[in-house]
Amino acid sequence: MTTTDTGVDSLADVTSSEDRLRRFLLGLPGVDQVGAEARAATLSTRSIKTTAKAYALDLAIQMIDLTTLEGQDTPGKVRALCSKAKRPDPADPTAPQVAAVCVYPDLVATAKYELRGSGINVASVATAFPSGRSSLAIKVQDTQDAVAAGADEVDMVIDRGAFLSGRYGLVFDEIAAIREAAGDAHLKVILETGELVTYDNVRRASWLAMLAGADFIKTSTGKVSPAATLPVTLVMLEAVRDYHEATGLHIGVKPAGGIRTAKDAIKYLVTVNETAGPDWLDPELFRFGASSLLNDLLMQRTKLATGNYPGPDYFTLD
Amino acid sequence: MSRFEYAPAPESRAIVDIKSSYGLFINGAFTEATDGKPFKTVSPASEEVLAEISEAGPADVDKAVKAARKAYDKVWGTMPGRDRAKYLYRIARLIQERSRELAVLESLDNGKPIRESRDVDLPLVAAHFFYYAGWADKLEYAGAGENPQPLGVAAQVIPWNFPLMMLAWKIAPALAAGNTVVLKPAETTPLTALAFAEICQQADLPPGVVNIITGAGRTGQALVEHEGVDKVAFTGSTAVGRAIAKSVAGTDKKVTLELGGKAANIVFEDAPIDQTIEGIVNGIFFNQGHVCCAGSRLLVQESVYDEVLARLKRRMGTLRVGDPLDKNTDIGAINSAEQLARIRELSQVGEDEGAERWSPECELPTQGYWFAPTVFTGVSQAHRIAREEIFGPVLSVLTFRTPAEAVEKANNTPFGLSAGVWTDKGSRILWMADQLRAGVVWANTFNRFDPTSPFGGYKESGYGREGGRHGLEAYLAH
Repeated sequence: MTTTDTGVDSLADVTSSEDRLRRFLLGLPGVDQVGAEARAATLSTRSIKTTAKAYALDLAIQMIDLTTLEGQDTPGKVRALCSKAKRPDPADPTAPQVAAVCVYPDLVATAKYELRGSGINVASVATAFPSGRSSLAIKVQDTQDAVAAGADEVDMVIDRGAFLSGRYGLVFDEIAAIREAAGDAHLKVILETGELVTYDNVRRASWLAMLAGADFIKTSTGKVSPAATLPVTLVMLEAVRDYHEATGLHIGVKPAGGIRTAKDAIKYLVTVNETAGPDWLDPELFRFGASSLLNDLLMQRTKLATGNYPGPDYFTLD
Repeated sequence: MSRFEYAPAPESRAIVDIKSSYGLFINGAFTEATDGKPFKTVSPASEEVLAEISEAGPADVDKAVKAARKAYDKVWGTMPGRDRAKYLYRIARLIQERSRELAVLESLDNGKPIRESRDVDLPLVAAHFFYYAGWADKLEYAGAGENPQPLGVAAQVIPWNFPLMMLAWKIAPALAAGNTVVLKPAETTPLTALAFAEICQQADLPPGVVNIITGAGRTGQALVEHEGVDKVAFTGSTAVGRAIAKSVAGTDKKVTLELGGKAANIVFEDAPIDQTIEGIVNGIFFNQGHVCCAGSRLLVQESVYDEVLARLKRRMGTLRVGDPLDKNTDIGAINSAEQLARIRELSQVGEDEGAERWSPECELPTQGYWFAPTVFTGVSQAHRIAREEIFGPVLSVLTFRTPAEAVEKANNTPFGLSAGVWTDKGSRILWMADQLRAGVVWANTFNRFDPTSPFGGYKESGYGREGGRHGLEAYLAH
């Protein structure tokens, strides 16, 4: 329980050597699995109705990183996704825009062009996504390519092998190097919590990423199961809350993968609200990495406004 | 960005059908009371009168005990266990089928949040009947001798904090073991017990096996003192428990008592901090603190005191106090004006004795009985709020330096119902559990119940166990 008595100075201190970093991370308070899952389950029982639901649905849409990360992606596919991002519901211009479109580095330029002037960011995965199994030089190059093509946000992956074998210094240095390579781009650090498995590891990796310069900590690549879960996101929200307490800095959280329904998205927003607090109810500090979620949010939004479910054919598949 | 304000999400009352008045459930039918004055039960959240309830006088008590005796002699006591089990399974299923209705009724009459009555009380009630139904034909394996026999007629008096759950804890093992019962629910919360009487009718339970009589202390006294009773089971205050123990002394009635508590919830410096905070909140604010095993004394290791307090206060700021039927309510209404007065009085004593009182900002409804979640710091062992059961949402915080000191302080109470230990160290959990003089020791959790697990107290918290195989022993003769 060292988090609140560690001020900014001592936090700078913990990264001064690998040994100190290790001791700090291993000294973080443990997470009781049963308790964390029970808390997430209780938060899931919140009943969000009427005006609160309308607020949550619109907020969730604005927090989406509309994502396509497939080998079969083409400029045509990305263009379609971008027009969806700009106007999610062709039948309803009041539906808000999403936060960003997330693609592989080679498609950043296409997305950037399509989204020009829209205010929607382009996010690019990088660093040998999704496995991260490559040399640092290649990861840096990958990042620089994405940024050069115009990426506003970079979603990097950590070296899970290094993390699980306790080489925290290596993971730290890599994140710091990518932080530098990303320049002004927003850096999201993907922990791939499905491979870290324990909540203790999730908490340690969250702190490690924040100390190394992450703007956002992100659960998953979407390529590993399980992807985002509510208890994992809860533990990460506790980490950003405690980091804020210690440093005054706001770090964002992005659950990605597996969140497909409006109902699920609302559970995440409730958890944000009651864990990190209302400050994080902002696309600057909370995002959903998702694709199919958007249509369910739009459908629920229409249902709330009109009283009827229009049916899935009334929403575009891009 | 505007704030995320949760809109009201009330559970519908339409599912419950409350009659304007209720009689006594004796010998399988609702009957008018022959003596005694009717009284009203109110919703503590609004002070609205819900129904008029009959008071059972001595003649009614006598009638109920005789009905139970007849049912025991003629039907239930001689019925094979597997047939008794069928009735218990049927009751369990009916409770599940009607659980939404029963949850709403419980929240209306008791004031507890619908989230708790729906997600905790009702599932446990059904589970208790299912569990003991399974025992009914296996009593010879319960560890109570080769050929255990029922005791006869059980007089059962239960409190208002978990009305239906306490009923299940009492009735399920008694019936499984072959006893018949006369049960008196608390005068402020009789409605779910009366709904249970309807369920007994629905289940075709033979008349007289379960009798529900309503009334206050006098009715309870007449019941436990009735000569036709073989067994007395009581859950409630230590003062009443003592009076019951005296009144049955010298008779051959068997007694089990589940009384008060002042549980220590002990937080070590290596505790999983976020879950610990949840456990502290759940330990004292669950059911408005109307829990005999509530973690009302928080013992925090001095090295983490500031951090635990800061986090606890921040968390308390997110508790939602209000309408018990709103699905987002965390803390409901205090059960009665009388209980509210007691909580207020003891909280005032805490302030007068020099402890520091803190509550988060929270708007309380103007109608009904309400008390904001409260924490007292700077409390020492000598303070009354560290010794007496407040039975409300009031937490007293003390500190310790070493495990031995934690044990000493935790055990330094006339009660011994429950305790909680928060640490990541397994060996310390086992050592603490061995040292603590409490019937239940929770490790890294609090207020967890399961029908398979025995529950009961040391010292002035009572004797006998409810739940599990041990719970059957209270209703069996060796």
